This record gives sequence, structure tokens and C-alpha cells, in this order.
Amino acid sequence: MSAVFALANVVIKELCRRKDFYVLFVLTAVISLLMGSVNFFNIPNIVRDLKEVSLLLIWISALVIALTTAARQMPAERENRTIFPLLAKPVTRAQVIAGKFLGCWLAVGVSLAVFYTFFIVISSSREGVWPLLNYFQAFWLQWMMLAIVIAMVLFGSVLFTSPAENVTICFFAVVGILLLGGHLNRVALQQSEPVRSIAYTIYFLIPHLEWYDIRRFIIHNWPLVPWVDCLLATLYALVYVVAFLFGAWLVFRRKALTTA
Amino acid sequence: MNPAPSGMIKKDPSPASSTGSVVKIQDLCVEYRAPGFGQSSTVAVKNLNLEVQQGEVYGFLGPNGAGKTSTMQVLLGFRAATSGAAFIFDIDVREAIARQRIGYLPELTYYYKFLTAEELLRFYGKIFRIPRRELDSRIDALLKLVELEHARKRPIKSYSKGMQQRVGLAQALINNPDLLILDEPTSGLDPLGRMKVREIIERLKSDGKTVLFSSHELGEVETICDRVAIINRGELKVEGRVGDLVQKHQTGLEKIFLNVIGYQPQSQS
Repeated sequence: MSAVFALANVVIKELCRRKDFYVLFVLTAVISLLMGSVNFFNIPNIVRDLKEVSLLLIWISALVIALTTAARQMPAERENRTIFPLLAKPVTRAQVIAGKFLGCWLAVGVSLAVFYTFFIVISSSREGVWPLLNYFQAFWLQWMMLAIVIAMVLFGSVLFTSPAENVTICFFAVVGILLLGGHLNRVALQQSEPVRSIAYTIYFLIPHLEWYDIRRFIIHNWPLVPWVDCLLATLYALVYVVAFLFGAWLVFRRKALTTA
Repeated sequence: MNPAPSGMIKKDPSPASSTGSVVKIQDLCVEYRAPGFGQSSTVAVKNLNLEVQQGEVYGFLGPNGAGKTSTMQVLLGFRAATSGAAFIFDIDVREAIARQRIGYLPELTYYYKFLTAEELLRFYGKIFRIPRRELDSRIDALLKLVELEHARKRPIKSYSKGMQQRVGLAQALINNPDLLILDEPTSGLDPLGRMKVREIIERLKSDGKTVLFSSHELGEVETICDRVAIINRGELKVEGRVGDLVQKHQTGLEKIFLNVIGYQPQSQS
């Protein structure tokens, strides 16, 4: 495990030394602050709109960080050839995959925690209430959703040759699932065979990322999601993470290391 | 470079393996599959048999494309052999644990450039599960050895090529390895840098370490190596003690090398 943690530590250090995170954080912070400071048309429920926009920004920013961080890990190891001195040490390829995943997931978790802390301070100070457990659930479920995304992108990064290609494909897959994944079963019902069976198969195969989106619970101050549901969602995420990482290992263990 | 601090590189040489050989290559074949349909595959290494004994400095020579890198890649577990087997300390090279006692210096500097030298050494030290206190003292000693103490907190991307090569040498020694695999360790270094690397190899040899290295600097190989192997087109052509080969062929290593690879000098008009 020490190799996995050492690798994860390097991934986190890399993210901290890049500018992506800081640019996204500053952008999110500035937009949220502007929204929070302006009193649009004396509307009393303006905090709701502020929360909606801020949460959307957090979702987009975290998704961008997760996609770009995870997508460049394996190709960068091969292009910069840092994989050679690494694999010359007693490290297995499975440990490399696990370390990269853990590093990306923890790094994204730290970014997400910073975003949420800022969001909570702004929105709660304007609203006057501090529903910390609701915020924690939103944070946790989003982090679990990002674990699936990161594992999916790592799998893509050993399949596709260029990180840009991988990011594009994964971005459309994630956005597609978030927007349409929950409606696919209803679409399937309206189709004739064999489209219906195909649509159902896709519905049951894809990871339902939309289940992790509880922004409306926060925006409308709805009660907590049952903790059992949170636990089940966590286990569901774990299954997909393991499946994607196992797939990544199957491809990577036989992959030639040179780019030439 | 500074002399190796006591306890850093010196270590009682343990028995290399039950057979006495540190590296053993048996009937190794490496083939590269053709990229397109109907094209024949390329044979990089053909039935190679080699043994490197403990405490030897072994030169692995050959022209470009001879199969040196492919052989090293198999030894380091980067590539699977098409057939045959390779063992390090009697452990199959396909096992990650076979690399526990190896130090590897690649030809070029392939390191995380956003890390500092200290962070890089700590990272590799953690992979070897070196206890924290011991790791701290090893990092200090190695940075002193490669004369990078003053730059230990600077990111590697700000280093000169020579400094990066020295970081490479430090990372190769972080686990106090019993076998060092050096891939053209002096390529691209200035004469002073080459001399320093040579000094370190000689010191490792005197400490009972085994060194396997490839190089195109035949004068250097003749000076440092106990035994050499020359391969060409994937086949082992010559192997033996440097002194014996020079005596047998009544010529220097460079001439032997050129004869082995079939070099014909242009006729002078």
C-alpha cells in the first residue's frame, strides 16, 4: 500500500503546483461573490438563485478538474517516460493504476471541499441558517460520483491514445448520463424491439451519475436524503470504480510502455 | 562528487543467489509484432544467454538496434519476453519483488520535473518502504554524494542536464541496491560529469555491488568493466573478461567491437 499512497501523494502535489485549480477556484469564487453581493430587483428569494448558480459552478469546476487531472496521468507517464524509473522499482502496474486513482480522487476531494466551504460561507451567511449535514451529503455524493468519473477516465486513458480524445469522449459520456440517464428507461418503453432492449441494456449498464445530484435538496432547503440511500449510492459507486479500474489494469498490464 | 558516507553505500555483500549469479538470462527471445497485416515481425533478441556474477562490473555492448535496450526492458519488467526467461537474484523478472534490490538509471532523465530532488528521493524511498528516519539520512547522504545539497529544495525542471543526471544517480541508489542497471550513464555528460559517474561506479564495485551497464564509450568500458558482452542483431557475439579478450584478439576493445559488428573500413585511395 505504501507505493499506492506514495503515487497518490505525487498526483496531489502535481495538482497543487498547476494553475488549473487556482484559476477555476478564483473564477467560481468571484462569480459567487458577485452573485452574493448584488440584490437583484429586491427579490427576497435571491439566495436560492445564488445557491443554484454557485452549485452549478461547483459541479462544472469539479468535473473539469476531475476529467483533466485523471486524463493526463497515464499518458503523461508514458510521454515523459517517468513510467520507466517507476516500474524499475518494486511496483506493479495494478499499484500504478490504484495510486493514480487514489491521488486524483483525493485531489478532487480537496478541491471540492474548498469549493463547498466557500459556498457554505457565502450562502449560509446570507440565508442565516447553517444546514451543515445537508451540505455534507451534497459534498459526499458529488465526491462519490466523481470517483466513478475518475475511474472511467483512467480506463479511457489506457484505451485512447490522446488525452484530449479521452477527455472529450468522457465529457460527453458524463454529461449525457447526467442529462439523459434517468430518462432512458422511459424512452425505452416508447420504442419497439430491438431498440427497446438495447435502450434497456444501456440503462442498466451505465453508471447512473444523476442519482448523485442532490442540488435541488440544497437549493429548496429540503430535508436530508435518508442515510441508507447515501450508503447504497456509495456502494454503487464502489462497484463501478472497481469495474473501471479492473478494466484499466487488464489493458495496461499488456500495454507496451514506449510511445514510439 | 563527495565520497560515499559510511553506511550509505557500503553494505555487507550478501550471497547473490543460490547459483551465485545476480543476473541470469536463458534463451531469451524478444520479437516485436508487425504493425500492419502481412508484415513480418522483427526479432530484437535471439536466444540470448547471459550470466552476471556478484561483484562484477559487466559491460553490455552493441551498436544501436542490437537488442541491448530490449534485453534491459525485459530485465526491468517493462516488456514481456517472447520466449525464454530472465532472473535477478533467482527471482523471475516478471515478479515486482525482483526489483527490490535493483537500482536503475535510465539514459535520459525521466523524472517528475515538478518535484524537488528531495521530494523525488522521498517518493522513491517510500516505494521501497524505507523507514522515515532512515530515509531522511539516506536522502541527506545521497544529495551530498551527488553534490546537490544546495539545490535540494529546487524543482528538478530548473536543473541543468548534468544536475538531472545526478538526481537520477541518487534515485538509483536510494534503496542501497545490490545490482545497478545503468543505461548509457555518461551519455550527454561533460568530461567532468563522466569522470564523476565513473568514480561512483568504481566505488560501488569496491563495495561489492554488481553493475550492469550499456555504453558506447568503449574506452570507458575497457577501464571499468570486468567482463563484457557484445551483441549484434539480437545475438550474443562475444563474451568474456576484458583482459582475456584483448589478449586473445591482440587488439583493443574498439577494434574487437568493430570486427564483431562486421564494420568494413572504406578503402583508402
